[in-house]
Amino acid sequence: MKFTWFNLMPWPYLPDDFREKHRSVWVDIDSRLFDPAKSHEVYNSYMDMLEYAGTLGFDGIGVNEHHQNGYGIMPSPNIIAAGLARRTSDVGLVVLGNSIALYNPPVRVAEEFAMLDCISGGRLVAGFPVGTSMDTNYCYGQIPALTREKYQEAHDLIRRAWADPDPFAWNGRYNKLRHVNIWPRPIQDPPPIHIPGGGSVETYDFCIDNTYSYSYLSFSGYIRAKALLQGYWDRVAERNAPDTSPYRAGFAQTICVAETDEEAERLYSEHVSYFYNRCLHVYGGFADAPGYRTIKTIQTGALSQYAPPIDGYSSLTWKDLTEQGHVIAGSPETVRQRMEELIKGLHVGNIFCLLHVGNMPMDKCMYSTKLFAEKVMPHLRDMFPDYKDDNRFWCKPLKKQAKPGSLPAEREVAALVGGKD
Amino acid sequence: MEAKTIKTQHVPVRYFEGGKGAPLVYLHGAGGITADDPFLAKLAERYHVFAPLLPGYGDSTECGELREMLDITLHTWDVVEALGLKDPILVGHSMGGMIAAEMAAVAPNDVSRLGLICPAGLWLDDHPIPDIFAMLPYELPAVLFHDVEAGTALMTAGVRIDDPEWLKGFLVQNARQLGMAGKILFPIPDRGLSQRLYRVKAKTVLVWGDGDKLIAPAYAHAWKKAINGAELVSIPEAGHLMTLEKPDHVAKAIAKLG
Repeated sequence: MKFTWFNLMPWPYLPDDFREKHRSVWVDIDSRLFDPAKSHEVYNSYMDMLEYAGTLGFDGIGVNEHHQNGYGIMPSPNIIAAGLARRTSDVGLVVLGNSIALYNPPVRVAEEFAMLDCISGGRLVAGFPVGTSMDTNYCYGQIPALTREKYQEAHDLIRRAWADPDPFAWNGRYNKLRHVNIWPRPIQDPPPIHIPGGGSVETYDFCIDNTYSYSYLSFSGYIRAKALLQGYWDRVAERNAPDTSPYRAGFAQTICVAETDEEAERLYSEHVSYFYNRCLHVYGGFADAPGYRTIKTIQTGALSQYAPPIDGYSSLTWKDLTEQGHVIAGSPETVRQRMEELIKGLHVGNIFCLLHVGNMPMDKCMYSTKLFAEKVMPHLRDMFPDYKDDNRFWCKPLKKQAKPGSLPAEREVAALVGGKD
Repeated sequence: MEAKTIKTQHVPVRYFEGGKGAPLVYLHGAGGITADDPFLAKLAERYHVFAPLLPGYGDSTECGELREMLDITLHTWDVVEALGLKDPILVGHSMGGMIAAEMAAVAPNDVSRLGLICPAGLWLDDHPIPDIFAMLPYELPAVLFHDVEAGTALMTAGVRIDDPEWLKGFLVQNARQLGMAGKILFPIPDRGLSQRLYRVKAKTVLVWGDGDKLIAPAYAHAWKKAINGAELVSIPEAGHLMTLEKPDHVAKAIAKLG
């Protein structure tokens, strides 16, 4: 199993009446709710937390990209990852990922990911999401019906920019580049690629055909994810993929661990409520730009978001969220059992652990994280013994990692360079 | 009106045909059009009307090859050609007006009469056009109609706007139709037309509803200024979908083209 400690970086100061007073946490969220001076603490403590997780035996620490978003203040995950690359040494850097259709030209992603891979000594796990409609269409102005075509071209260009040893011309529909020849080149050839998806068959096939790992990054938990992941595994079988390695898939799960189930509720319920009832308050008009999603998805999707709220917003309770599996919470034993259910039920080898939730303070987050790392994770390590050597979907760091602070002592410098002093 | 299909370079194109008189090509807005549209019926009293659907609209085939303004402008010229028409009266509503104006700008010698009904295509910073792509169905009537209640009934054919079956149909249709429209209207309906409008030679009638809350009447004046000799007809108590609200008045304004 590969466990990644993943942080969305939510803004922890959304007001109690956020849902009543504001229509959306995303796209047109009120900028006056953001306090730059407070964000200094927020960013640094979130980065501390990622680094701390990196010392506890997680395989990866993870970041992602959102724009104009109150639950993800990380429009540039590469900036965070660069900081983490310097302050960690043997943990994978999971950047899940860069919305490649948004970079102009997309060789920028090829370059920045190559830099991250080189700085970190081959620890990059690269994600290439299409990006949500909120990010891609409403914030970054991409035309919905052309987004997928542009994404595809960006992908092809990045892969070639990494692989082709010689300068080449790229005459694409969306990119015209006469001299593609990126410096630096990634250490890994190529870095493992994970594709966050939302259930379209085209994305399943794209992952299967390219040996990419398919990630389902929902917040609604493993019970609701069953049908979607089953669709993926059915497709893996239909297309005669050479194997059904669980590392072909990943899943994000909100997890809270305490000594007992009761303690988990007492410690974490307000933070879980903050996330599910406040942070996920997205205006329905931004959910799905016409042309972004396929007709089939709309036909099978829920329509309630398209009707006006009649009696105001109802709140999901701790009981709702834990019973329905949005959140796996409780004692180490409870969490272990439910994680086993998740891992077996979905047949997933990559778990993106959302162990920081909403406005959770760092002490509680450390507590939950450490319990998970020490009392849950070890019991889940060997769920798929048949595939324990399958390393296709994970990073392959250099044996010898450079360490920050490797400069010689200042007083020795003159002697080293052969000077007089 | 009769629904027919004609071959073009990229896809078969669906169109409605009816009426007698001078040939008139009508280009629909982003909301699309049906054979029983009251404005088409009105136009057909005076003209031989051809109303092609943009690919992806109604039951017509989608077309991935059409990506940008020039593609759509030339495609629509292909449709006129395929219909065997020379210099028809060219009329468009909203997005259709934008396409018609582009056609007249790229081929000024082929369009001598142009009717633009609250066309899209310009952007004024002081009058930002509401983002219909980020609106929920129940929010649309307020920006589309002068009389919101009556307009809602026109939009849903009398069904409640939160009726699940109606909603599903509407959203599926929107995904196709507005997906296509987005290629020229998203996220800002300006594809550089203002630089080309000086080329238009056609006798031009602009029709605007005084109560247009989507493309405010300030735009009418910008258009009038941009097209040499254009005549502006204002319709009182009419919103953006005035072809549904006031089909008689709009048809009467178009009749000024002869």
